[in-house]
Amino acid sequence: MARKPPSFSDVKTNVQDNVIWKSIFRPGSIYRKGYRDTSRDRALAAMNNVLYHLHPVKVKRHGLKLTYTYCLGGLSFFLFILLTITGIFLMFFYTPAAGAGTELAYANMRDISASVTFGNLVRNLHRWGAHAMVFTVFLHMARVFYHGAYKPPREFNWVVGVILLLLTLLLSFTGYLLPWDQLALWAVTVGTNMMGYTPVFGDQVQFVLLGGVTIGPNTLLRWYVLHVLFIPFITVIFLAVHFWRIRKDGGISGPL
Amino acid sequence: MSEEVQIDQEVYDRLIAGGTSERIARAKAKAAAVRKAKIAEGQNLGPRPAEQASKALEDFRANQGGGGGGAVATKTAADESAGNGGRLTPEERSARVAASLGGNGSTSIGVPTSSSHTHRLLALVPPAGIQQVQSKQMDKVYTWPHLLLVEFVALLAVGSLLLVASFFLDAPLGSLANPNEVPAINKAPWYFMGLQELLRYFHPMVAGVTLPGVAVVILMAVPYLDKNPSARPENRKVANMAFTFFLAFWGVLVIIGSFLRGAGYEWVWPWTQGLGFTL
Repeated sequence: MARKPPSFSDVKTNVQDNVIWKSIFRPGSIYRKGYRDTSRDRALAAMNNVLYHLHPVKVKRHGLKLTYTYCLGGLSFFLFILLTITGIFLMFFYTPAAGAGTELAYANMRDISASVTFGNLVRNLHRWGAHAMVFTVFLHMARVFYHGAYKPPREFNWVVGVILLLLTLLLSFTGYLLPWDQLALWAVTVGTNMMGYTPVFGDQVQFVLLGGVTIGPNTLLRWYVLHVLFIPFITVIFLAVHFWRIRKDGGISGPL
Repeated sequence: MSEEVQIDQEVYDRLIAGGTSERIARAKAKAAAVRKAKIAEGQNLGPRPAEQASKALEDFRANQGGGGGGAVATKTAADESAGNGGRLTPEERSARVAASLGGNGSTSIGVPTSSSHTHRLLALVPPAGIQQVQSKQMDKVYTWPHLLLVEFVALLAVGSLLLVASFFLDAPLGSLANPNEVPAINKAPWYFMGLQELLRYFHPMVAGVTLPGVAVVILMAVPYLDKNPSARPENRKVANMAFTFFLAFWGVLVIIGSFLRGAGYEWVWPWTQGLGFTL
C-alpha cells in the first residue's frame, strides 16, 4: 500500500500539537494550534505576546487612522530595532582602534564596504536608518505637539520623549566618529569644541568626552562604548518608560 | 441564502422628506416592507393589546373560580380581590403575561416561536437593571488584527524604502582621518547644522551651550507652561504658532548651514561651488 504524502494541514497539526511548540507560544498566539478569529483569541493575541503586549488589547478606532499618528512613534521604534540589528552585525567586523600607523577602525570600514558579504548594504542601512530615525523622532514630536497630545495626563511622557530625542541625537552623533575618516574627525571636532564652552566645567566635559585634550585613539574608544553600549542602554530604559506611560495614561490621545 | 428584501418606497420617501438619514430610512423602510408581508400572510405581529390581557385574566378567574367575587369577576372586582391589596396571584400573573405575549402560550413578542432571538425581551426590563456603565463608552477595536496590520504595512513600507536606498546609495567614507590636514569645508551632521550656524552669529558659549540648553528646557517644560485644556487647533493658535515658528527657525538654520555655506564657512550659492554637504 503506497503511502500518501502528508498534507499541509497534517504537517501543521503535527508541528503545532506538541509540548515544545505549546510552551513557546502562549494561548491566543496566531501560531498556536486552534487559533480562531474570536474576540477571546484576538484579545489573547495582544495580551500574551511580548511584542504585541506593548499594545493594549483594544485601541480607539480613530487611532487606526493613518493620518492621525502616521505611525511615527512605531516607525521610530522599528528603526531603533533595525539599527540595533545592523549595528551588531557591523560590530563583528569593526575594531575601535586608531593608533598612529595602525588605523584598524578605518581599515575595517574599508573591509566592511569591500569584502564582507552584505557588509556594504548593512553599513548603508545603518547609516541611512540613523538619519531616518532622527527624522521620524523629530516628526513624531511635531505630530504630538500639534495634536496637543502632551496635555494632562501625558505631561511627563512628553518630557521622556524629549529625553529620547536627545538620546537619539547623541546616538547618531557618537556613531559619526566611528568610520575614522576626515568627515568624522572634523565634524566631531566642531561638536566637542562647542561642548567645551559649557560654563564652569567646560574643559572637564571636553576632556571626558575626548579622553584627552585632542581627538585621538582614546576618543574613538570612548565614543564606541558610548555608541554601542552606554547610550543604547539608557535609551532602552527610557523607551520602556515611554511605552509603559502611553498605556498607563490611557492610550494615545483622543481626536481633536 | 440571500433573500432580496424589498423596501417600502412610501415609508422611505416619507422618512427622507422628514430629514432622516439615508441609512436609517432604508433600514426602516425595509422593516416596514417585511412587516407588511407578514401581516399579509396573516401573522399577528407585535404585543397583544391590553384588552386581550384583561380578558384573559377574567377568563382565568372565571375558570378557576377564585375566592370572593366568584363568577362575576369584573375589572373592579379583580382589583379589590382577595384582600391582597389588588395584587395578582402568581398563577393569574403568568396567565396574563402569556396572553399578552402572544397566542399559543408563546413567550416571544411578535417573534416567531421557532426564532432563537430573545433580545427583544430586554425591552421588558428597565434600563437601570441592565446597564451599570460608569465611564463613557468608547469606540474601540481589537489591536489584533486591526492596529497590528496597519503597523506591519508601515514597517514593510519604510523597511523596503530603506533597503532600496541602501542598495543604490553608498554611505560616505572619506579619506583617513588626519588631524594635520584641515579640510576646506568642515561641517557637523545635518541635525547639528542649526547649532553650527548659530556659532556664526554668537559667542560659542551662547550658541553651543546656552541657547540649545534653554531650548531643551523650554521644550521639556511645554506641558507645564501650556495650561490651555483644549487640544483643538482653533483654541491654541498661540501654541501652534510659537511651535511652528520654532521649527521653521530651526529648519532655516539647518538649510542655510547645510546648503549655503562653503569653504571657510562663508556664504556661497549652491550653483557656484556645489552643495558642499555630506550626509
